[in-house]
Amino acid sequence: MNKSVLVSLLSFASVGLLSAAPQSFDFKDPKGVNAIQFHLDSLLEPISGTANGVTGTVSFDAANPAATTGKIVVATNTLTVTNSMMTEHLRGEKWLNAAANPEIVFALTKLEQVKTMGNDTTAIATGDLTIKGVTKSISVPIKMTYLADALGKRTKPENKGDLLVIRGEFSINRSDYGIMPGQMEDKVNPEIQLTLGIVGAAPKA
Amino acid sequence: MTNSIHANVSPAPRLRSVLQITAVLLALVTAGFWAAKGAHRGWSQNQVPVHQKDEITGLDYVTYEKRFVPGVEFLGGGLGLAAGLFVVSIFCNRKNNHQPSS
Repeated sequence: MNKSVLVSLLSFASVGLLSAAPQSFDFKDPKGVNAIQFHLDSLLEPISGTANGVTGTVSFDAANPAATTGKIVVATNTLTVTNSMMTEHLRGEKWLNAAANPEIVFALTKLEQVKTMGNDTTAIATGDLTIKGVTKSISVPIKMTYLADALGKRTKPENKGDLLVIRGEFSINRSDYGIMPGQMEDKVNPEIQLTLGIVGAAPKA
Repeated sequence: MTNSIHANVSPAPRLRSVLQITAVLLALVTAGFWAAKGAHRGWSQNQVPVHQKDEITGLDYVTYEKRFVPGVEFLGGGLGLAAGLFVVSIFCNRKNNHQPSS
């Protein structure tokens, strides 16, 4: 009798430990929703576009969001604007040189000012942003939404797992990353506004 | 009789008229096409963003629809070409005026 109580207690304890462990969320979204939207003021009209080649993993623990780590990668050759000639210029040697710099990377180093309310966690994410081979440390406000058991609703009902949505809005200066520094600033604003909206999935076996 | 009248018509006025009609038609077609496609005041687009929302996550995302929306450089190019044709037609007229009358 004592033995069976002990086994039950150990089982509950192990389930508790498993559920508290950080989960790895894969940000390669099969539905193609993940994207970084960018916006630059320009001479005739603002240049707006998206980059949807998002991959990467984030380790997130719902019980301890402050311990979140991860890396998000964006394929440079997926940056797209509404005009194909402008898209070519954007990916070309003068601007992002996608052939030589195929990835834009944000590697999270720490979260600060972490506040959790329900499923939502807001924080200041500090990490290393690499664009066109130049790496700089930046701190940006983000919001993470943990959606437990929501993977099946988004894919197939038989798929068990959780979702993690990350949103953020921030600006960078293109000159800081060697993108036409000091050039054409009267035609294309040096400040680039970025909007992040991505979802990662952590399937459960 | 009719043939002799046609033979006396100089080709320059006819060319001038053709150029002027072409210029006017080109200007009208260009402006009409630009207006019909939404009178877009930015650069031409060959893929148009369509804003969508993912129901489960609430994320806004953009897909692109392949279609042409003429912009101001299309309008300017068409009207500029029409203006060029019209100017050429004026020179055709001047050349005709310098011909000696018999």
